[in-house]
Amino acid sequence: MSTERRTLRQRLFEPESLDRQAPVPKIATYGLLIFWALIVLIPLYWVLITSFKQSGDVANGPFYIPFVDFTPSLHAWDFMLLQNNTLGPYINSVVAALGSTVVAVVVGALAAYALVRTRLEVKLATVLTFLLLLAATIAAVVSLGVPWPIALGSAVVLFILAVFTLTHRARLALGNRDIEFWIISNRIMPPIVAVLPIYIMFQQLRLLDTQLALVATYAAVNLPIVVWLTRDFFAAIPVDLEESAEIDGASKFRVFFTIALPLVRSGLVATFLLVLILAWNEYLLALFLTNANAQTMPVLVSAQNTTRGPQWWNMSVLIVVMIAPVVAIATVLQKHIARGLLVGAVKG
Amino acid sequence: MTAFADTAIDSVPRPGLGERLDRYAGRLMVLPAVIILLCFAIFPLIISAYLALSRFALAPGGFTLKFIGLSNFRKLLSGSQQYHFLGTFGAFGPAAWGLVALAAIALLYCMARYLRGGSVTAVGIVGRLIAVSLTMGLVLVSVATLATSGVPGTLVTTLLYVVIGVTVQFLLGLGLALLCAQPIRGRNFFRVLYFVPLMVTPVGIAYTFRMLADMQKGPFAPIVRSFGVGEWSWATEAWSARLMVLVGDTWQWTPFMFIVLLAAIENQPRDQVEAARIDGASSLQIFRDITWPAIAPVAGTVVLIRLIEAFKIIDLPNVLTGGGPGLATESMTLHAFIAWRTQDLGASAAVGYMLLFVSTVVCITFFNFVVRPSRRLES
Repeated sequence: MSTERRTLRQRLFEPESLDRQAPVPKIATYGLLIFWALIVLIPLYWVLITSFKQSGDVANGPFYIPFVDFTPSLHAWDFMLLQNNTLGPYINSVVAALGSTVVAVVVGALAAYALVRTRLEVKLATVLTFLLLLAATIAAVVSLGVPWPIALGSAVVLFILAVFTLTHRARLALGNRDIEFWIISNRIMPPIVAVLPIYIMFQQLRLLDTQLALVATYAAVNLPIVVWLTRDFFAAIPVDLEESAEIDGASKFRVFFTIALPLVRSGLVATFLLVLILAWNEYLLALFLTNANAQTMPVLVSAQNTTRGPQWWNMSVLIVVMIAPVVAIATVLQKHIARGLLVGAVKG
Repeated sequence: MTAFADTAIDSVPRPGLGERLDRYAGRLMVLPAVIILLCFAIFPLIISAYLALSRFALAPGGFTLKFIGLSNFRKLLSGSQQYHFLGTFGAFGPAAWGLVALAAIALLYCMARYLRGGSVTAVGIVGRLIAVSLTMGLVLVSVATLATSGVPGTLVTTLLYVVIGVTVQFLLGLGLALLCAQPIRGRNFFRVLYFVPLMVTPVGIAYTFRMLADMQKGPFAPIVRSFGVGEWSWATEAWSARLMVLVGDTWQWTPFMFIVLLAAIENQPRDQVEAARIDGASSLQIFRDITWPAIAPVAGTVVLIRLIEAFKIIDLPNVLTGGGPGLATESMTLHAFIAWRTQDLGASAAVGYMLLFVSTVVCITFFNFVVRPSRRLES
């Protein structure tokens, strides 16, 4: 059986066993994989070596290999990290990304759990009343010049009155699926539509150019993703444990924090990382909402295009310090993120 | 009577605060999310609608807002900003007419099939009418502005980024995922490496690709020079500038497609694949009959997610080319941003709303006609 001779063609193209590849397809596979690996690596390599170049090395370039065709220097690193104020934006970025991610994950996971495990119902009439009053309030403030605390107060009173009288009798109601769809569909909204009013809102609250404004906005923008992903993690765990805890008298909140959350730990890690990366790299909202105080790294990077032309070496330092931590985290936890995204993509 | 009431209270303990709270637990848990979204999505959307319908002007000591109806939108669609938003229309040649006719026939066929299919509802008809008319409009504008004498505006440029970018990223991601799923050594190394570009901030990518594509000082400059085109610059020509934006976008987002599709491929029924291979099925057959049906729902969803995000593109064109040359690389978000910078808040909000409308209709259409059927394929 093992002495069966294989022709050259068979030996080259047909695998010996099922878990191995024949030589020719194997070489082709490796060739393509290495080709794409180069496409991924060359830009990263170029940024890394440019951060060790001085203006002369760039202007007379291109030079490719440190110590061989140019002498690396720490000049740009020294300039950006010690003389320039890079630390400020860096801390802003860390605070905005971490803070917003914690808020988004906690709030989003709570909502997702409720959507999966409880029956929710909102009367359509209540929603319509709310939207009508909101529009009326805005119209009153903007075109009639009513001071906003008065308009808001009267709207709240009217809304409560309406809820306890009129909408009680309405029939049509929105259920869990509708609420969930509404929350997730908020992600479709391009941030550019919402950013002007958010800008005005923070201006009125005197919170423009603060870390708090960024934390709140990023949390809101990423909340739909958290609900979309964690919903499926909660739906996948068996309900028995939670039910028996509830029979023993534990409250829903207690069940959520002590039983449900620990069970979806790895999914939460994936969600947390994904949202963290999105918040860390965010550019448009930071561009609108920050100035000198709360400037984040992406805005700082884009601001390096000075009147003397782009300072490539300084910019490269910033890019390297920005991507190093996320790349490190992602490398270690890559499998988690992939699995988390897959769960979300399967159920949608 | 009173005695009866007393015993009743004794035997059934009155619900305490905790229990009453528990009855509303579901609502209380959703409430923070709803409040946050109301403050940062619904409330801004309403204000934005108001801004889009009014003219903003700086006045001594503040600003004035004057209600002007739909004229901001009219300006974009048929007025002084038409060249910017829709583009400049070229003359229709026979090829252009052919394309338009083809699109019209395809859309009419879909509509007719739905109407004759039996289960017709009012919502279904209205939704399809919106989808069909928007698609037809987009096809017309694209064909007219991409014709030889036309100049595409920000709407068509955004569509180009979305359609070409997402297609290329999906195909590349799928190809790489299939390669990485082969039984070879070192595949873990490749999968970790391929994941990295997703982590890089888009602003950083834009500058990096500017460095790489520098025709004088970039790493490829000697190669380019040996072809004798050293003086040429990609940034001065419309299509090469757009290509650069697409290259940067593809570099960043292919990993996203790759990582999810790879996880899906590894999740496919392994015994079926092995049985097919023993029976002598070719790789192509295995892909078509086993792998593709297994990953189709995931593929539909990742493309949908990418579609949603692709419409929002701004960082790359803004940093890479500043929207130039001319309007060649300007996306709709960048258009709105530039309008905001020139204090034209009404136009900015109007562009934002147009983007919201187009992306919502496209994404919902895609969800209904691609993602949903692909899920049925699986079960």
